Amino acid sequence: MSEVKPDTRDSELAPPALAAALAETWRTPVGLWGVLAAVDHKIIARRYIVTAFAFLALGGVLALLMRLQLAQPEARVLSPDRYNQIFTMHGTNMMFLFAVPVMEAMGVYLVPLMVGTRNIAFPRLNAFSYWIFLAGGALLWIAFVLDMAPDVGWFAYVPLSGPQYGAGKRADIWAQMITFTEIAALAVAVEIVVTVLKQRAPGMSLDRIPLFVWSMLVTSFVVIMAMPAIVFASTSLILDRLVGTHFFNPAEGGDVLLWQHLFWFFGHPEVYIIFLPAVGMVSAIIETFARRPVFGYLAMVMALIATSILAFGLWVHHMFVTGLPRLGQSFFTASSMSIAIPAGVQVFCWLATLWDGAPVFRTPLLFVIGFIVTFVIGGLTGVMVASVPFDTQVHDTYFVVAHFHYVLIGGAVFPLLGGIYYWFPKITGRMMSETLGKCSFWLIFVGFNLTFFPMHILGLAGMPRRIYTYQPDMPWYGLNMFVSISSLVLVAGFLVFFIDAIRSTRVGVSAAENPWDAPTLEWATASPPPSYNFAEIPVVNGLSPLWDQPGCLMVASGLRTDRRELIVSTVAAAKPQVREASPRDSIWPFWAAVATTVMLIGSIFTPWAVVWGSVPVAIALIGWFWPKATPEDES
Amino acid sequence: MRTRATRGVLLALLPSSVLAGCTGWQSAFDAQGASAISIKQLMVLMVVICSVVWALVIAVLIRALWRGREQVERSIGPDPVIERRTARVVVAAVTATVIVLAVFTVVSFFTTRALTLAGHDDLTIKVRGQQWWWGLEYLGPTPDERFETANEIHIPVGRNVRLQLEGIDVIHSLWVPGLAGKQDLIPGRRNELTLRAERPGAYRGQCSEFCGLQHAHMALLVIAEQQETFDQWMRSQRERATDPSDAEIAAGQQVFLSRPCAACHAIRGTSATGTNGPDLTHVGGRRYIAAGLLETTRGSLAAWISDPQTLKPGNNMPMVALSADELRSVSAYLASLK
Amino acid sequence: MKTRVVADFSGLPIHGFRSASVTWWGTLAFMLIEATGFALVIAVYLYLMNLAAIWPIDAPKPNLLPGTLVTVILLVSAIPNYLTSRWAEREDFRRIRIGMVLMSVLGTVPLAVRAFEFPALNVNWDSNAYGSVVWALLGLHTAHLITDLVDTLVLAALMFTRKGDNVRRFGDVQDNAMYWNFVVVTWLPIYGCIYWIPRL
Repeated sequence: MSEVKPDTRDSELAPPALAAALAETWRTPVGLWGVLAAVDHKIIARRYIVTAFAFLALGGVLALLMRLQLAQPEARVLSPDRYNQIFTMHGTNMMFLFAVPVMEAMGVYLVPLMVGTRNIAFPRLNAFSYWIFLAGGALLWIAFVLDMAPDVGWFAYVPLSGPQYGAGKRADIWAQMITFTEIAALAVAVEIVVTVLKQRAPGMSLDRIPLFVWSMLVTSFVVIMAMPAIVFASTSLILDRLVGTHFFNPAEGGDVLLWQHLFWFFGHPEVYIIFLPAVGMVSAIIETFARRPVFGYLAMVMALIATSILAFGLWVHHMFVTGLPRLGQSFFTASSMSIAIPAGVQVFCWLATLWDGAPVFRTPLLFVIGFIVTFVIGGLTGVMVASVPFDTQVHDTYFVVAHFHYVLIGGAVFPLLGGIYYWFPKITGRMMSETLGKCSFWLIFVGFNLTFFPMHILGLAGMPRRIYTYQPDMPWYGLNMFVSISSLVLVAGFLVFFIDAIRSTRVGVSAAENPWDAPTLEWATASPPPSYNFAEIPVVNGLSPLWDQPGCLMVASGLRTDRRELIVSTVAAAKPQVREASPRDSIWPFWAAVATTVMLIGSIFTPWAVVWGSVPVAIALIGWFWPKATPEDES
Repeated sequence: MRTRATRGVLLALLPSSVLAGCTGWQSAFDAQGASAISIKQLMVLMVVICSVVWALVIAVLIRALWRGREQVERSIGPDPVIERRTARVVVAAVTATVIVLAVFTVVSFFTTRALTLAGHDDLTIKVRGQQWWWGLEYLGPTPDERFETANEIHIPVGRNVRLQLEGIDVIHSLWVPGLAGKQDLIPGRRNELTLRAERPGAYRGQCSEFCGLQHAHMALLVIAEQQETFDQWMRSQRERATDPSDAEIAAGQQVFLSRPCAACHAIRGTSATGTNGPDLTHVGGRRYIAAGLLETTRGSLAAWISDPQTLKPGNNMPMVALSADELRSVSAYLASLK
Repeated sequence: MKTRVVADFSGLPIHGFRSASVTWWGTLAFMLIEATGFALVIAVYLYLMNLAAIWPIDAPKPNLLPGTLVTVILLVSAIPNYLTSRWAEREDFRRIRIGMVLMSVLGTVPLAVRAFEFPALNVNWDSNAYGSVVWALLGLHTAHLITDLVDTLVLAALMFTRKGDNVRRFGDVQDNAMYWNFVVVTWLPIYGCIYWIPRL
């Protein structure tokens, strides 16, 4: 290991010496300390992704249990109590512990690389975010193992979840789990916003930002605007349950529907928090495999922004049967329909890109094609449920279950799996198997459609959601059995995917820097990238830097190697402003997360936990921010 | 191209053809009520148009992928002439999307307006949703015309019936898909739903807002019958319970009144006036007991009374220990309450 | 991949102020989150008011004195807060120390008066939904007062250590001052909501 001298500039060192010096400066310590103190965005993101996929697998097991119970009428595989816990867990887990975190984690990994910087903004906050997320997930699943899991649905409607009808601590655990995941999500959103606005490579003006980065930026703003609603909602639910407030108690001036307004003001944008990053992945994959830039860059960016704004104007379509005034309902029909316009713009632009491109049929593109086929179905059924009269027949039925699985699996998980196949070589340095990839795609695609398409029909045939069983005289038996059997095909597809991913980390073919000949900056560094991402900061003068100058990357010099240094640039034109320091590893985010966890879990049992629990939190935060004598603190 | 479009249309028709096979007495496709019929027309329209849209998108996708296979490696940057032409096509497609959405919005608006709404003169029934059954109170012009029943709504064919919806404990949702769309029963709020059956028949409905442990077993039956039959039914419902006609039934009544049953259930004409459970004055005349769980027979009544927690775990009816004789007689008594 | 050096950044400063600092942007993002939270609670207040037949529900109007006193102190504190921020920009270490001590005091005083605001609401959080929402509003803002006060105290303490005289700390002082402005500004609509809407 070379000695790092003070104020050594990268320009003074030959490439091998430069790499060694930067590796020394940006190194994450080994051992347990390193595990707990790491702040490298790639390490945190990898943890996040692996944890989220573990939750996906667990959520899938829950889904299988439900399908086992529903395969036959009046089955006794699960008790109604266990079934209600399981469907609540399935929804909560998939939304809060899988979908949102995994999308944000992909952003945490890729955004700094795609914008050509060395670490995410606020890397310690990033580390904190992961620990908090992990604690929230553990809380929910430990509660499930102890038979204390929430049983009130992932939407936890009052009064069922309120003090009078939600017995025990189950609903409190749900509400506090929400707090954990929202803190984690908000933290990541702030990091991504600042990374994209301030840490872009010199020259990466707003019109040269890769579409995936745009989608993460827009998503992060949606998180920032939407999540406070659920934080307030879950907090007031806990207050109602714990200290006797009356936010949702109609007998004392509260209102039951207030909960639904708050929940869906967050809950509908939530869908776009999951979907928009997926859209970004689709654009990245299509661009690379159609061998041309995405058609209509400006239109795509505008569509992202329009979607994010409209997302806040249609929450009431989840409440069409609650008896709200009809005029208001018509407004929300119109707004809900109109969000199909930006979605349409994006689909048409992708089709145009493929039309004028020369598609290469590798696994990532297959998943994207599967995405278009299924997501369009989900979008169209979305247009159907936006219509008030239509919705009164299908609301809370299996039609809606089918609809949102088409949107969330077809619209988000397909692109995500394509994205994993696409970025796996970058993240691990090894390729996944094409054979297994195609095999898993076809199993998932066929299994998904066979499982979820019939649910449309079940819903129209009168089958409500969230029922633990149905009676033998209902004509749903055959289709339910068919769906349950089909779900095994879907599971087989996911199993192949998981096997491929785990296997490829060890025996996959070694990946070059840019195995797909892709155009964006994350492919301009080694696979996997070194701790400092780029030995020299890239300079950008186009939308597709690696296509514009094949084989040669323009870079800037003059950064110090003894200090964790990166470039802060202006918001619009990305003109370099400062050689700013990036924080070193720290154990304090971990302790802050532990203290926060103790406080939040304590508050399930006594409100005083907020008071005494805030003391260790404050101590941890002071330790976190107290300046250390490192080169990063120089000014 | 044509074959794909044909397949799309076929796919669009698939749901209805599959459903034609189901004798769905709880099905949106088997629409027999005024509202359900007009909603069904809207649904068919939207499903057909959406299927065509989907088929078009897929056709373009396949063509795009097929075309691309023939193309060679990426040329140097997109050709501006082709880009402009593509832009025109994309704009046209977006315009078409806007038009389709506008049509849907307008049609949906007018469908909402056309849904029948009962007035104050129409037959009005107060529906109380509670864990996990439906309490019913038929309101009349005078107090003595009111009566209580549960889980089985009788309505006259061809007339608007106004349901006043109240959530007693948590939120429930009343959904009888053959007659109309659903409407929530929300504590602290009052909602209304109009039913109008165009044909006589029994229409099954079910709670469709998750309401706890036994959400799955909270069904109700709407029986639409001709006016005379309905009037006759209403007259008989207003009556107090029939007196025991034999010794066993009389013994059953004694069991009912002396055991905890009467604390929760009312039987008009006896000392039983409990209100926690369904009114049982004419329970023997209803088709089902326990909110659609079992067909009403002496045997099913006995089974239910002897072990309600196994048949419907978690429901609010406790198991009352009765001897075999008591069980026999009390079920005979309840079955006799037509 | 081959690289070609096209720019040299050795002349760039190694620390930036305000919009050239990521911390400043981070603070802004957190302010956006919290402003959304405040706006939502105010929306909930108005929503519940809209449903109620009379407002306030079963309670006298809140007493004006403590809340108005807090408002005045907060508004007054904006002046030394502005000065401290300016001194920080000029890197005037001696004045920054004075400013931070002053702001520590001006952060503590409104908190002390705040203690009298809760009883002046004339309603308990568990009396009815009105009580719940005014306590939530006041509690939420108090949490922000406390957070910023702790931040100010820690920074003030730092100013009297070896590590104080550092341009980075001066940037922190500026961000802290910006956040205090946020705490003051968000109080105004909350003050109007709690004390004046019931009097309309």
